[in-house]
Amino acid sequence: MDDLLSEFLTETNESIGIVDTSLIVLEQDPSDESHIGNIFRLVHTIKGTCGFLGLPRLEAVAHAGENVLGKIRDKELTVTADVVTIILEAMDVIKDILATIEETEEEPAGDDADLIARLNAVAFGTASAPVEEAPVKEEESIPEGSVSEEELEAAFQAAEGPDDEPSSGEVSLEELEAAFQAAEGPDDMPEPVAEAKPLVKDGETKPVAEKSSKEKASKESSIANQSIRVNVQMLENLMTMVSELVLTRNQLLQMVRGMDDNEFTVPLQRLSHVTTELQEGLMKTRMQPIGNAWSKLPRIVRDLSQDLDKKIDLVMRGAETELDRQVLELIKDPLTHMVRNSADHGLEMPADRVANGKNETGKIVLEAFHEGGHIIIKITDDGRGLNGEKIKKKVIENGLASEAELEGMSKQQIQNFIMRAGFSTAEKVTNVSGRGVGMDVVRSNIEKIGGTIALTSEEGEGSTFTIKIPLTLAIVSALIVECCGERFAIPQTSVLELVRASTNSSSDHTIEMINESPVLRLRDQLLPLLHLNDIMRLETAADEVADQSTVKGAEEFIVVIQVASFVFGIVVDRVFDTEEIVVKPIAPILKNLSIFSGNTILGDGSVIMILDPNGVAAMAGDAAVSADNSEKDEAKLSQLQDEKTALLVFRAGGKDPKAVPLSLVARLEEIDVDTIEDTNGKKVVQYRGQLMPLTTIDDSVSIVEEGRQPVLVFSDQDRTMGLVVDEIVDIVEDTLDVEMMSDREGFVGSAVIRDKATDIVDVGYCLQKCFGSWFGAQETRPFGQGNEKQKVLLVDDSPFFRNMLVPLLKTAGYAVTTAENGIDALEKRDHGEHFDIIISDIEMPEMDGFTFAEKVKGDERWHETPIVALSSHTTPGDFDRGRAVGFSDYIAKFDRDSLMSALTQTLKASGSAK
Amino acid sequence: MTISNMQEYVTILIADQLFGIPVLEVHDVLRDLKLTKIPLAPAEVAGALNLRGRIVTAIDVRKRLGLSQLEQEDGGMSIVVEHHGEPYSLMIDSVGEVLTLDVNDLQPTPVTLNARWKEISGGVYRLEDKLLVVLQIERLLDFGGNSTIAA
Repeated sequence: MDDLLSEFLTETNESIGIVDTSLIVLEQDPSDESHIGNIFRLVHTIKGTCGFLGLPRLEAVAHAGENVLGKIRDKELTVTADVVTIILEAMDVIKDILATIEETEEEPAGDDADLIARLNAVAFGTASAPVEEAPVKEEESIPEGSVSEEELEAAFQAAEGPDDEPSSGEVSLEELEAAFQAAEGPDDMPEPVAEAKPLVKDGETKPVAEKSSKEKASKESSIANQSIRVNVQMLENLMTMVSELVLTRNQLLQMVRGMDDNEFTVPLQRLSHVTTELQEGLMKTRMQPIGNAWSKLPRIVRDLSQDLDKKIDLVMRGAETELDRQVLELIKDPLTHMVRNSADHGLEMPADRVANGKNETGKIVLEAFHEGGHIIIKITDDGRGLNGEKIKKKVIENGLASEAELEGMSKQQIQNFIMRAGFSTAEKVTNVSGRGVGMDVVRSNIEKIGGTIALTSEEGEGSTFTIKIPLTLAIVSALIVECCGERFAIPQTSVLELVRASTNSSSDHTIEMINESPVLRLRDQLLPLLHLNDIMRLETAADEVADQSTVKGAEEFIVVIQVASFVFGIVVDRVFDTEEIVVKPIAPILKNLSIFSGNTILGDGSVIMILDPNGVAAMAGDAAVSADNSEKDEAKLSQLQDEKTALLVFRAGGKDPKAVPLSLVARLEEIDVDTIEDTNGKKVVQYRGQLMPLTTIDDSVSIVEEGRQPVLVFSDQDRTMGLVVDEIVDIVEDTLDVEMMSDREGFVGSAVIRDKATDIVDVGYCLQKCFGSWFGAQETRPFGQGNEKQKVLLVDDSPFFRNMLVPLLKTAGYAVTTAENGIDALEKRDHGEHFDIIISDIEMPEMDGFTFAEKVKGDERWHETPIVALSSHTTPGDFDRGRAVGFSDYIAKFDRDSLMSALTQTLKASGSAK
Repeated sequence: MTISNMQEYVTILIADQLFGIPVLEVHDVLRDLKLTKIPLAPAEVAGALNLRGRIVTAIDVRKRLGLSQLEQEDGGMSIVVEHHGEPYSLMIDSVGEVLTLDVNDLQPTPVTLNARWKEISGGVYRLEDKLLVVLQIERLLDFGGNSTIAA
């Protein structure tokens, strides 16, 4: 294509883009005069260039558009939606023509008389042709007077320069016109003087024109001169070359890594540096503000709002956020689609909005920002949100899931169905959206570029889509892993962490099996695992590995991966380091392998496949759902036990660890053995001005002969007691889940703490052992022992108090369930749970203790259940109010003894004590 | 007879059968390759290899033709061809010579051939002592319902 023409096409397309955007701004704020000037200038330039290039059809349309704009600029016409619409229409026609020119290099045949007539009607009130004609004539007349350079030169010389003409600065149109007519072209050759005159005039107009264009240029030059247009293909080629350079660099580094210092080390380091910088620099050239992808959106939204009769306000934030142009191209369409979706499905009709107490104008917010190697794009609307029930219905209709499956799903999981194929909640298919080929395409497009899309929606409040995409696609950092002798690369962006695990208990993490599905306890999560050799069906070697791992307890590495909100672990044999890799697409012959996102060449020259975490997750799909469910069930079963408790782990008598809730321990002391005295047949020690009895859990623990003796000090009001232990091991945060009740005295039972079976010491027993005889009344001791346990519901918002009281109550022999607040507790009632007694805090968020008590007493299900109030401050007023709403007793929070006795008394009084 | 009727073929040997590939389609002849396996790929895909910075997909022609694995240990040879701009390495037993044959002598593929063979054969030349089957690269790479290759 002709350079000039292609330059024109690029420039004009850009200009039209700006005109589009500016027009929308102008429509919103007609008083802003800066825009109309700009628009007018751009359209004028388009018209001028068209004339120059000989594109009459384009020129005519641009000219008619310019007329309208001119009237607006001169304030002869006010900006209305109609006016803007027709100008936009003109721009569209220009765009269409440009597109054809790009393809065929020729202006398409056709006639825009209708559009021009309407434009003129807007501009002049009527389609007044003469007014329109005049300026065109002027434009066209210039090329007519084609004069060769030599002739011009001669004419200049003959005319002795412009100084001869004092009024040279201003040449009226008529004069020009007349001059041209007189000239009749150079070939006529009349007398030289007659020709010189018009030519001088013509020559004069040129400097004027040039001057103005020079001014314009100098204004722009500050920016324009500093930037050049480079063909994108060239950048792409450069990028490929740099990618190769990076690979070669890696290869060299790999070779040198094995050697000691030699003369290559330093130059190689420099090469490495320069390569990295080159790579980064080139990356930057590919960066474009995301605003480029957004530029069409205001126009689209405007059109939509007219089509749909909705009022829509599009807010764009962070348009300057930069990302790789390749990524930009790929997200353009998904973004457009999502904004359309928000406008069409998301926002309600103005009347509905008003009825719902919302602003009549709906709002769509588009936001972009950087976050750790990723770009986050958020699309938020304040529309109707997603209707969970509708989605469910549709899901069942389309057979995507059964009702039972839906039952077990979270709100978010259900909402995410809208991104499945063939799903659309819009009841009517509009021409905007609702064809059900939307969100799944969006999702797959985004996932194709290694991005994720998440959705949150509140019915009636609106929806937010969050797209997370990598900054660039070309070079990624990847973790190299090995499985069955084959190496694979996993993009670092989706790797959360690495865990080393074993199949026996030789390390901190153990892989456990649930019906042949491996899982891993990772902190507070149960992580579903996938063996890479299973996924890859690397079977021959896999059997060996399986044998190894079961027999020898071989170590395995788990790569913890996050895909959207799904976290899982991939078990691999070995983990190498991370490497910067250049993603190359895999051969088309393998394109249906969704598990690989590409392949690359490593530093050592070998080819490696790049795993696509999305593909792996998809393969794990079913497993993922069931894992979710099992997690939930588990959570339901042990709502209480899952809460963390700080435990003090120690050894006393034997190797097995023992533990006691830290909240019960007052202090840890080391006592000089020499200070231990015998009194009344008991070992005591003088401690803080008191006699503190020392006790052991059982007889197997002995006090050391000499040196210092570690002691756990338990304090109970004014009484203190020392528990002699062999060694204090650690303080751990873990779930106190007493799995096996103990019939041994002094122990509550056994629990798994830090993956080891640990005895939980019954502090109550120890206290009793020391003080039992001193305060004979056994009322405070667990009376239910041996009988069915009394069920206590503890309602307290503070995890600290729950942690403190739960072990205490458990130790006292109650079965304890906790609730964070009144609402939580009432939910348990609705689930049909039953308790013997309720202990409730007063100050709680959501629903305070008084309201809660009223609700409990006001409903017959728990009407009989006694409630004990627990409060950190007890004023007589509170006390009375508590009684009034139905609390059986009112206890200060820190008064453990009173609580215990109150529980016993209340239970007895209520007659349910056995 | 004019030159345009002559076609040069690189002859290759797979399981004692002579095949021919038009010489202009052959980009490279390789031996001793370090292959990276591609799990889950069609059986015919032997893996991927690095050829001077390009990633080449290796095709096991024996598998493609439904033949047993090559027993000799030296790994055989490969011929690199390009198809739709994408390089493929065809794993074969050995490469022979370059023959110039008259296109007019090309005989149609016998209809009784095994379906797989019939599919990839572009005809047969009767050489003096042997028969030479012309390999159609395009067909050879179109397997497992992989329609993109044919397209």
